[in-house]
Order: sequence, then structure tokens, then C-alpha cells
Amino acid sequence: MQTDQREADDARKADAPPAKTALSARGLTKVYGTGELAVWALRGVDLDLREGELVVLLGASGSGKSTLLNIVGGLDRPTEGSVHFDGAEITRFNDARLTRYRRDHVGFVFQFYNLVPSLTAEENVALVTEIAPNPMKPSEALGLIGLGDRQTHFPAQLSGGEQQRVAIARAIAKRPRILLCDEPTGALDSQTGVVVLEAIERINRELGTTTALITHNAGISAMADRVIRLADGAIQDVSINGHKIAASELSW
Amino acid sequence: MHPLDRKLFRDLWHIKGQVLAIALVIATGVGVMVQSLGAIQSLQATADAYYERYHFADVFAHVKRAPKSLARRIADIPGVQSVEPRIVDYATLDIEGFNEPATTYLSSLPDLGQPLLNRLALVSGRFVDHSNPDEVIVNKRFAEAHGLTIGGTLTAVINTTKRSLRIVGIALSPEHVYAIGPGALMPDDKRYAVLWMGEAALAGAFDLDGAFNDVTLTLLPGTDPEGVVQRLDTLLARYGGTGAYARKDQISNWFLMSEIDQLKTMARLLPTIFLAVAAFLTNMVVDRLIATERGVIGLFKAFGYSDLEVGWHYMKLVMVISLIGIALGALLGAALGHLTTSLYAEMYAFPFLLFRPHPASFVAAGALSLAAATLGTATAVRRAVRLAPAEAMRPPAPQSFSRSFLSSGRLSGFFDQPTRMIFRQVFRWPVRSGLTVLGIAMSVAVLIMALQWLDSINRLIDVYFVAAQRQDVTVGLTEVRPPSVQEAFKNLPGVQAVEGERDVDVRARFGSRSKRLSLAGMTERQGLFIVYDDAGGAIDLPPGGLVISSKLAEILGAELGSRITLDVLEGQRPVVDVPVVRIFDTYIGYPAYMRLEAVNRMMRETEVVNRVHLRVDPREQDALFRKLKDTPYVAAVTLRQASIDMFNETMARTLLVFVGIFAGFAAALAVGVVYNSARIALSERGRELATLRVIGFTRFEISYILLGQSLLLTVLALPVGCFIGNRLALGMASSFNTELYRIPAVIEPSSYGYAMLLTLGAAVLSALLVRRRLDRLDLIAVLKTRE
Ligand SMILES: Nc1ncnc2c1ncn2[C@@H]1O[C@H](COP(=O)(O)OP(=O)(O)O)[C@@H](O)[C@H]1O
Ligand SMILES: [Mg+2]
Repeated sequence: MQTDQREADDARKADAPPAKTALSARGLTKVYGTGELAVWALRGVDLDLREGELVVLLGASGSGKSTLLNIVGGLDRPTEGSVHFDGAEITRFNDARLTRYRRDHVGFVFQFYNLVPSLTAEENVALVTEIAPNPMKPSEALGLIGLGDRQTHFPAQLSGGEQQRVAIARAIAKRPRILLCDEPTGALDSQTGVVVLEAIERINRELGTTTALITHNAGISAMADRVIRLADGAIQDVSINGHKIAASELSW
Repeated sequence: MHPLDRKLFRDLWHIKGQVLAIALVIATGVGVMVQSLGAIQSLQATADAYYERYHFADVFAHVKRAPKSLARRIADIPGVQSVEPRIVDYATLDIEGFNEPATTYLSSLPDLGQPLLNRLALVSGRFVDHSNPDEVIVNKRFAEAHGLTIGGTLTAVINTTKRSLRIVGIALSPEHVYAIGPGALMPDDKRYAVLWMGEAALAGAFDLDGAFNDVTLTLLPGTDPEGVVQRLDTLLARYGGTGAYARKDQISNWFLMSEIDQLKTMARLLPTIFLAVAAFLTNMVVDRLIATERGVIGLFKAFGYSDLEVGWHYMKLVMVISLIGIALGALLGAALGHLTTSLYAEMYAFPFLLFRPHPASFVAAGALSLAAATLGTATAVRRAVRLAPAEAMRPPAPQSFSRSFLSSGRLSGFFDQPTRMIFRQVFRWPVRSGLTVLGIAMSVAVLIMALQWLDSINRLIDVYFVAAQRQDVTVGLTEVRPPSVQEAFKNLPGVQAVEGERDVDVRARFGSRSKRLSLAGMTERQGLFIVYDDAGGAIDLPPGGLVISSKLAEILGAELGSRITLDVLEGQRPVVDVPVVRIFDTYIGYPAYMRLEAVNRMMRETEVVNRVHLRVDPREQDALFRKLKDTPYVAAVTLRQASIDMFNETMARTLLVFVGIFAGFAAALAVGVVYNSARIALSERGRELATLRVIGFTRFEISYILLGQSLLLTVLALPVGCFIGNRLALGMASSFNTELYRIPAVIEPSSYGYAMLLTLGAAVLSALLVRRRLDRLDLIAVLKTRE
């Protein structure tokens, strides 16, 4: 059944016309601080995420990747510019609607996992499924990333890679439209990192979740549909990856 | 269960030490409030029920001699419900095996046995048989103090006749809840007795057949006692009435109500302070607790939890902690309230004790502290929740330590690195450090407030009993005597000096106000019982005019030069106008003095006295007592040393308990603040300290860095606490101003010392508790993750 699904997905991707845009950002500017101390984290960024694609945002540390992702995910507001999702301009949302947007549509994965230490793996996932409109069961989400047997473990009882996979399960359990991963392998060694990337890849493929993945590691961009390079708060170039390879074949 | 609630309980369990410490602080506030409200309500309820069930009279009056038929006319006064005439007087008692003479208040019982008003609560035995004039009922306290039992005998000198009395009953009376001898300040159960005898027996002894010399009334509900008092005075004047008075001026009740008033002052002040401190501490601790949860708050918001949901989660945390504290406090307060109420019960002779803390006081205490805690933390929660999720999740920016005087070369040469880290940490967060200092300071302040009581009472004893009284024995006489009586006393064994006094019952009036009191006529300059200004020492009495205490001046609204009208209530009952020539301060009562000659002149009598003060050679004291017991015109004997002992003993019983309770509360405050701030500092700085360990700092050094900060703040807090304590204690002392007592505003240096030591001790203890955790710091885990 899984194979059928994969084949179907592949088929759809292969002969589908250019996919719809899931989310689009225009002229995003973000300035931290004021006056002499002002830091221009973003200087007019345009970005489109297409339905179902896996985009890697590549850039040196401090280039504004996290800032961009946070704004797109509704965690932060731009100084200028707009973000459209589903025909609505989320940058004009008030706090309550922005919360709704995050709750219903966005899944986050962070570099440092950010699990709640006093909750088990399953409970960490339940934290999200409790408030999402159409979630999976926590056990199902954990099963998807291969941690079905770790449900009752507390974060402290899991390795870094396992913790990050729990974080991924937590992000996708609500069946988000958009999955945003900020340096998900940043704190992991390459072998463990690959396992985590495989999980993300699988979610993208099997659930068709639009995924944006931040990294400063150019090697990882090989698994992307598209690679967007960021430097000094501006997009340097966008390239379509003609030689997409499986995450399992990555190494760095 | 919602995973957030699960998190709540696990987090609470994880920080159980802190939870307990905060709960303890809240419990102190609630505890003090429940305790003092509980004690007041119980005392009041007990008194009310006792008075009600035993028909305590509403109006009292004493006369020289009035025919029994007058009772009818008294009953005709509008508003009077029932009237009971009786015969009362003082006598001396000779108790076997007790050298000192005891004073007794004799009170007659009607033929029916149980009186109509001021009924007796018979503890054992029976009422007297009226055919046997030697049967008596003894008040319980006196019987207990001397081990008297039914069937035992007492020897009394009643109106110059020596009588042997047989005890047939032991009882309590609502008139003598606070059984106090004439001129005494505290009940002295060994030296003051109340005896009830048949009316015929006392009429015989005092030559009052067909007459009475005392009357008590109850009034119809809603009757103003003052109106009845006035009419009664008019009616009794020609029979030698010494001024009727309402229940509020009845001596036992007056003491009891003064006590309840004092308690009320305490119940307003202390819990307010404790609750405020508790709310402040809770706020401080929760604020920092929530600050450590910054990242988690950001995470919840990233998941799509609303501000309200996240805020509610932390509000629940605060509420659970508060509820634990409230429950602890309620239990503690109820237990302590019970303890203090039973202490009062020991001081006051009640036949039963209703410990009835009003549920409302629990609810009020609980609601107040819950409101204080939640309101106090609402701002902290709101602030944390307000952060944009991205902001909240970002690791807090590295603290921007700037170059300051602490990093200048001069100082860095002076302190070692860890010490400089402590100083930087303290000055980096001046507000937080300031609040911690304030919290610890409040603990010192509360202790000073408690200890100040002992200082004040000691000062009171020093002034009242030592500086102002040099006599050893004071003898009240049955009637006025010429100065020759002083010679007679001088000839008694061991008597070294004698000083006479003439006391007169008067009603002092000024403008629309009046007060019934005993005016004392004294020699110009006294050597034994001294007219003493608490502010300035002994006072010479000017030849004409009144010297009054500032309390009396306040009661009457009089000032220097005011002409006070004195309605004399005995003898020929003259009415005179006398100017106030001096006002002085006293801690106790509201006395008024005049020169002895002036009093005699006012009374249109020759030189006479009715009270003598004696200085006695202690070696011949027993011989003197034996003589006094046989001296016919001796009505009452007071021993200064016995009064001091009684005072000290009573204070030791009650006050020390209160001081102990407050010391405990204050220690809880100190532990609450120090433990919490050290624990939070540990959770905030765990990584930093572990890093230091990894690069080679010893356990001791990192403990020093963390706990040194707590101790530095504690040391800074000590003088601040002394200052606040000084203000609060003196403020509280001056707010105690009843007719009975003013509290001297003194704080001994030792009290500051003890307060600081105890707080420091509590702080060190809390620091040691946290140190145990420091030793278990997991270096690897802390460095590995960035939680
Ligand atoms: N809260 C903030 N205040 C000030 N400057 C910030 C803040 N957050 C990020 N920056 C700055 O904005 C720039 C971009 O940061 P960020 O988006 O985190 O970069 P990246 O994720 O690519 O490393 C950096 O120069 C960073 O220092
Ligand atoms: Mg980043």
C-alpha cells in the first residue's frame, strides 16, 4: 500500500503542471532595533512555496534564514512586506488569527528539538493534536517516523536524533499544510542527521506536506526540489535541483 | 488529562521544593489571619454565650446603704428589665499554709440560691444553705490555686470579725471572668478570691439587715444604658451611691473587651503585613519561575496555543501553589488559633470555651491570598505571554555586562574572580536584587515586631513597677482613718516607711464627656508610691489643682488649664471645679492625682487616709503578714513583688507563645525567599556553573558563586530589615492605645540582633539545601543540550 502511494505521488509529480503556490511572500523586510543599532535581518525578500515541494533555504549563519522562516510561519511579524496564504494576507492578521494560522496549518521543527521535558514523547505530540482540527493520533505520528516503541519515554531518555524525530512527529501530527524546519540537523552528527532528514523527506513525499528546510550545510540541498540561497538578508539565487537524491544517500 | 495539565503536575512535582517554599510563605499570611481572627471570634463568642446564658448584668451600682424597698423604684426606671439588690464587700482571708494575706470580694446570694443576675456556673458542690451563715462558695481559680476542696475551711476577717467559713461549692461567675483585685493589673489567683455567702449572713456581718449596698440590673433590649445610669445615680445619691456604671465599665468585662480590642488591632495589622509580604514574595518567585519558562511559552505559541490558553496554564500553576499554601495556612491557623484561644481561656475564667473561627475568616484569608497571588503574578504571566513566539524561543541574549567600577583595575585587584562574579550578578539586576533584599528584610522586620513586644513589656514593668513603685506592700483600709493610723502601721514588724493616700470615687466631667475614676490624694512628693511621668520621672504635686494622665485628658478632651468638674461619689458628695495643672504620660490606666490636703479639704474632712503604702524589711515580712491578717480595718493587701511575678508569669505564658509563632513565620518567610531565589538562580545559571566546573572550578567555588550571592543579598537585607522593623514595630506600638495600656515604643539592640541572627540562620539553611543540588549538578547533561 505504501508502494502504491509512492508510485501515485511520483506519477502526480512527474506529469503535473507547475504546482499551485501554497504560500507567497513579497518584499519582506525585517529590522531589529532602531537607529545606529538597527540590524537589517531581511532586505526585501520574495519567496514562493509551492504545494508539496521540499525547499532548502541555504545560507551562512546570520544571513536571515530563521527570521524569514519565523515570519512565514507566523511566529514573528515583518517590518515591511506581506505573506499570503490561502488567499489571505497573514501579515495583516491580528494575534488571534495568527495563532489560528499556526495552530491549523503550520508545523515547526527546531534545531534544539524544544521538547517539553516533563512530557513523554506521546504527550509532546498530544500537546499539538489536542488543539488541531484534524490531527492524527499521536501514536500514528510517532509510528510514521519510526518511534512507535518510544511513546512513553521522556525526552531525557531519548537520544538527540530520537528527540528530533519526536519533534518532527509533533510537527506533522496535525497534518499541517506547511512544515518549517529550522536547522533540524544542526545539533546532530551526520549519521543521525541523515535519519532525521529521511523522516522529513518521507513526510514530504507521503503526506505531500509543503516543506521548507533551513540549513547552512550545502550538502543537504541535494535532497531538495528547489534550493534558495540567502545572503545578508537577501535572496541570492533560486535553483531547481535537477538531481534530487534521497536523504539516505547524503553525507557531510 | 490534557497534556498541559500533565505538564503542570509534573512541573509542580519537579520544583516541589520551591512549591513548598512559596506555599509556606502564603501559609504564613493565611495562618496569621486565621489564627488572629479565629482567636478574636472565639473569645467574643465565648464571652457572648457566657454572658447570655448566665444573665450577666447590664448596669451596676454601689451604695453605702439603701433599703430593700428601693429595688421596686429602681425597677420602675424605664428600660429596666430586672433588678437584683445584694450585699458585697471586701475582706481579708487567712489561708492555711500561705503566709501572705489574701483579699476577698464577698458577694451575697439570695435565698433561692442561684441569683437572678450574674448567675454562678457551679463547678462542684451546691449552693449555700441559708440557715448556716458560715457556708461559702469559692471561685474556681482561687480554689485551684490553693487546692481548696468542698468541705474545706477558710478563715476570714469580715468587718473586723474573724470567721471560719466552710466551703460548700466551687463556681465561676460572668462578673469575674478576669478576677482582679482592687488596683491590680492581672488576676492573682493566689491572693484574690471571690466568695459567695448567704444574704442573711452578710447582712448580719455588715449590719445591713433589710438593706443592700449593691445592685445590678438588666435592661430591655435596645435600652441605652447611659440613660439608666443617670437615673439610677439620681435615685441612689441620697443612699451614698458611688456612681452607677454600664457593663462596658465593669472591671472584668472591661479587661476582657480591652483584650479583644488589642487582638483586633493585631488582627488588622499583622495579617495585612504577612499577606502583603506573602503576595510580594509569591509574585517575585513566580515572576522568575515564569521567566525560566520563556522558551516553553514561545513553543506553545508556535504550536498555536493562544495567549489566553498559555496564560491560564501558568495561572493554574500559581493557583495550585496558592491553594496548597492556603490549605496549609488554614490548618496552621486553626491549630494556632486553638492554641491561643486556650491560652486566653487560661487567663480568663470561662466555664466553657467555644473555638468557633468563623468559616468566613477562612474564606476571607483564602480569597485574599489567592487574589494577591494571582493578581501579583498576572502581570508576570501577561508579560511572558505577550512576547512574540520567535522572541520567546530565542535563547536570552547574552547578558550585556558593561565595564563598570567592578571591572576597573583597582577593584579587580581587590577581589578574586568568583567574588567579582557575585558582585556583577547582583548589580546586573538591580531590581531583582532589590526585591530579594526587600523580601528578606521583611522577615527581619516581622521578627523585630515580635521581639519588640518583649522589650515593651519589660520597659512597662520597669517603669510601672520598679521606677514608679518603691513600696513593698499596699494596704487598703475598710474606711478612712486619721494620720495616726500611719503610726500604727509603722509599729508593725518590719515596716520601715509608711505613706498614706486618700482615694475618692469621683465622676470627672468636662464639657459633654465624663469618666468615673478613683482620684488619689497624695503627699506633695512621694517616697514610696510615686506619681511618675513615663517621659520625665517623678512629679511633684502642685498644691492646688489636678494632675492627670494624658489618657484621661484624651478621654475627657481636656487640656492644661481646663477646669474639670468632679462629682464626688462618697461622703457629702461635693461637686467641685478643679483646674488641670499638669498632664503626664502613663502606660497603664488613666489615673488622676491631687494633693492629699486638697482632697481632704474638698471632702470637708479632717486629715484622713484610706490606703497606706509600706516599705518592709523582707526578713520580717512573714511576721508582718501575720499581723495584717489580724488587723481589723485592713480590707485589701497588695504585694508589689507578687504583682510583678504575676505579670511576668502571665507574659511568659502568653507572649512567648506569640513571639514563638511569629519567629516561626518570619523564618518561613526567610526560607521562602532565599531558597527560591537560589533555586531559580541555579536553574538560570546551571549551564554557566557547569561550564565553570568543566574548566576546573571546584565545587566549593561554584557554590560560593551561587550562594555567595544569596548570602550577600541577605547581609544587605539585614539593615534594611532593621529599619523597616523599627518603623513597623514603633507604628504598631503607638497604635496600641486602650484605656488599659499604652505600649512603650522601645526596641532593645538585642532584638535587632536576634532578628538578624535568626534570619541569617534561615538563609544559611536554605543555601545549604540548594548546595546539595549544586553538588549533584550533571556536567555532561547540562553542556550537551540547550534546555
Ligand atoms: N531579536 C534580535 N535582535 C537583534 N538582532 C537579531 C535578532 N534576531 C536576529 N537578529 C540578527 O538578525 C540577523 C539574522 O538572524 P537570523 O535570522 O537568526 O539568521 P540565521 O538564522 O540565518 O543564522 C543576524 O544578524 C542576527 O544577529
Ligand atoms: Mg538560524
